[in-house]
Amino acid sequence: MLNLLWKADHKRGVYPGEHDARVLNLLFKGLSEKLQDTFQKLKRKGRLTEKDVELALREVRLALLEADVNYKVVKDFTSALKERAAGAEVLESLTPAQQVIKIVNEELVRMMGEKQSKLAPVDNPPRFIMMVGLQGSGKTTSAAKMAHYLKKHGHKPLLVAADIYRPAAIDQLQTLGRDAGVAVFSGGKEDPEEIAGRAAKLAEKEGHDYVILDTAGRLHIDEALMEELHRLRQKVKPLEILLVVDAMTGQDAVNVAQSFHERLGLTGIVLTKLDGDTRGGAALSVKAVTGCPIKFAGLGERLDSLEPFHPDRMASRILGMGDVLSLIDKAQSVVDEKKSREMEKKLRSQTITLEDFLEQLQQVRQMGPLDELIQMIPGAQKAGKQLKNLSLDESQLNQVEAIINSMTREERQKPEIINSSRRKRIAMGSGTTVQDVNKLLKQFEQMKKVFKQFGAMDKGKAKKMGKMFPFH
Amino acid sequence: MLEQFVKGLNKTRGAFKSRLEGLFTRSEISPDFFEELEEILISADVGLGTTLEIIELFRERLKEEKIKLRDEAQDILKALLVEMMEGEAASGLVSAPSPPTVCLVVGVNGVGKTTAIAKMAHLLKNEGREVLLAAGDTFRAAAIEQLEEWAKTVGADLVKHQAGGDPSAVMYDALNAAVARKVDYLICDTAGRLHTKANLLEEIKKNYRVLGRALEGSPHEVLLVLDATTGHNGIAQARYFQEAVPISGIILTKLDGTARGGVVIAVKQQTGIPVKMVGVGEKKEDLEYFDPHKFVEALFL
Repeated sequence: MLNLLWKADHKRGVYPGEHDARVLNLLFKGLSEKLQDTFQKLKRKGRLTEKDVELALREVRLALLEADVNYKVVKDFTSALKERAAGAEVLESLTPAQQVIKIVNEELVRMMGEKQSKLAPVDNPPRFIMMVGLQGSGKTTSAAKMAHYLKKHGHKPLLVAADIYRPAAIDQLQTLGRDAGVAVFSGGKEDPEEIAGRAAKLAEKEGHDYVILDTAGRLHIDEALMEELHRLRQKVKPLEILLVVDAMTGQDAVNVAQSFHERLGLTGIVLTKLDGDTRGGAALSVKAVTGCPIKFAGLGERLDSLEPFHPDRMASRILGMGDVLSLIDKAQSVVDEKKSREMEKKLRSQTITLEDFLEQLQQVRQMGPLDELIQMIPGAQKAGKQLKNLSLDESQLNQVEAIINSMTREERQKPEIINSSRRKRIAMGSGTTVQDVNKLLKQFEQMKKVFKQFGAMDKGKAKKMGKMFPFH
Repeated sequence: MLEQFVKGLNKTRGAFKSRLEGLFTRSEISPDFFEELEEILISADVGLGTTLEIIELFRERLKEEKIKLRDEAQDILKALLVEMMEGEAASGLVSAPSPPTVCLVVGVNGVGKTTAIAKMAHLLKNEGREVLLAAGDTFRAAAIEQLEEWAKTVGADLVKHQAGGDPSAVMYDALNAAVARKVDYLICDTAGRLHTKANLLEEIKKNYRVLGRALEGSPHEVLLVLDATTGHNGIAQARYFQEAVPISGIILTKLDGTARGGVVIAVKQQTGIPVKMVGVGEKKEDLEYFDPHKFVEALFL
C-alpha cells in the first residue's frame, strides 16, 4: 500500500510519512473544522459567552444528525453536553474548539460504553447464540463469520440454519459454513423450534460449545414473526441474543432496536457493513435505546472480517475522525517488531534489497484487501478523489510480486546487475513486459533515494511512523 | 395493489400521525412550527441538507401566498414535495424500441436486489410481458439458488452459470437468449457491493459495457436498489454508483416497515435520479410503480 501511496507522491518530492500527516489533516475537516471556524469568528469579539457555546453545540448537533444518529438521541446528548461545554474549561480556554471536541468525544465514548464487550463465556455447554434482525442486515454472513472467529479462538461452534423463509438461506449458510470449516446443522424447512431442539441434541452429542442460530430476517412490527422469535427464545434459553444492525441504517434504527429489545431482551449488537463510508450514527442510537453493548463489527466480505467492537473508535468515526486506531492495530498484528527495526536500519543505511521489498509487500497484503485498509484511514472517504488516482488495484501488486519472484537471489540483492537479457527473462518468467520490469526497477531506485532523505529525519518521528505502516 | 400500499403505510402511521396533526393545527405559524417540521423531515431520513432546503422553499412559498395559518400550509408543503419527486423523468419503466428491454439491477449488500427482481418479473408478467432473468450474482453464497427459487415462484425463465463464474458472461448469454426467444424484458441481477469498493464498481462497468456491445442501446434501465431504512449513506450510494454507470432509476425497498425512505428526496435533489418502483412487502405482488403523491402522503401519514 505504501508503495502505491508513495508512487502518487514522489513526483512532488514528498516522502511517505508525510502522507499520513496530510490525511490526518483531512480528518478534522468535518466537525472540528466547523468548530474552529465558529470559534474563530467569536474570538474576535473577545470573551466567549454561553451563547457562543450554544452555537458550537449547534454544530455538534448537525454533525451527529448528519451521521444518522437519531434526532431524539441527539437532543438528549446535546443537552447533557451543554453543562460541561459551558463550563470554565471551555470558556477560559485558549483553544475552545479543541476543548469542545474533547468533551464531545469523551461524552460519546461514555455513551458508547468505555470498554470492549466480549461474548459471554459458556458455563454449561452447549449454549445458544441467537442472531436476529431485519432482512438484509447481514445475519447469515455474520453468523458464519462469528463461527469462524470462535473456531479461531479455540472453540467448537455449530451453525444452525433456522431461516426457513428466505429462498436458499439454508444453502447460503451451508456454503459459508463449509468455507469456514464449521459444522452446519439444518433441519430443512421444519419449524424453527424443532430445528433448534434437534441442533441442541446434536451439539451435546458432538461436543460443541457455542451453537449459533441464524434466524430469518423480519420486520420488528411483524407480530407473527416476532412471536415466533419469542417462542424460540423460550425454547433455547440463549446465552446471547444479538441484534444484527446495518451500520448504514438511518433514523429508524431506534424503532427497530427498541422493538426487538422489548420483545426479546437483547444481550448485544452486531454492527455490519462498517467497511463502507457510513459514519454509522446508528451505533449510538441503538446503544442509547437498548443499553446493550455492541459486541462485534463487520468490516468486509471475507470470513475473517468480523472484529471485536471498539466503542472509543466508533465515537471518533461518528464525529468524522476516521478509524486510525483500527488501522494501527491491523498493522501491528502482522508486523514483526524485530524485523521492522532491521528494516529501519537497512533503510537508513540504504542497503534495502528487492527481497526486503517483497517481504514488506507481503506483510501489507496480509493485513487484508487494500480497499478495506484504505477505508480505515481518517478522511479517506473525503479524499476519495485523490485516493482513486492511486488505483488500488490488487492486480498491480500481483504483478510486482510476480516480477520479483522471477528474479534470482543475486538479482534481488543487487538489482544493478539486471541487464537487458536478464530483464527479458524476468519479464517472460513473470508474464509481464520488459517495460513493467523497467518500471519496477526504476521505482525501486527512486524509493531508495527518497529514503535517503528519510534517513536524515529526526529519529523519534520516524519511529512513530514506523508503527503506522510496516514499510518505510 | 393500492390496498397493499395502504396496508404497508398503515403500519407506519402510529406516532407520526399524531405529531403531524399537532403540527398543522388551526393556529398561527411560529418559529417552532418550522423546528417541528425539521424534526419530522429528519426523522423520515430526508437528510439534513435537503431538510433545510425544503424548509427554505416552504417559507418562501408561504410568504408568496400570504399564508398565516398552519392548517393551510399543509397542502403547500405536500405540493412542494410532490414537485420535487416528480421531475421530468417518467416514473414507469422505459421500453426499448424493439424488445428485449434490458434492465441491470445494482445496489449495496442486503438492500433486497434479488427479491425486487423477482417481484419486478411478477409485475411485468402480470402486464402480459415475457420476462427472462439473468443470475448475475455469482459471488454471494447461494444467490443463484435464491433467484432460481424465485423464478419458479413467479414463473419466469432464468439463465445461470456456476457460482464464482463471470457475471458478464452470464449476462451475455442471457441477452442472446432474450433476443432469440423474443422476450420483452431481460432483468439482470448483480452481486451486492459497497459503493466504496472501486474494483467492484469496475465490474459493474464491465457488465454495462458487455450488454451494450451485445445489443446496441442496452441496458435500457440501470436500476439502483435502495433500502428505505438507509440514512444519509443512501446519497453516497447513489453518487458512487452513478459515477460508475448511468443510473436511470431507483427501486426503493422495505417501505413496509417503520422507515419512510425519505433519503430518496435527497437523492433526487442531488443527483436527479427518480424513484421508479417501491417495495411494500415480502410477497411477490408487493412491488409497484412509484407514485409521488402516495409517497408524500406516506411521509406525512
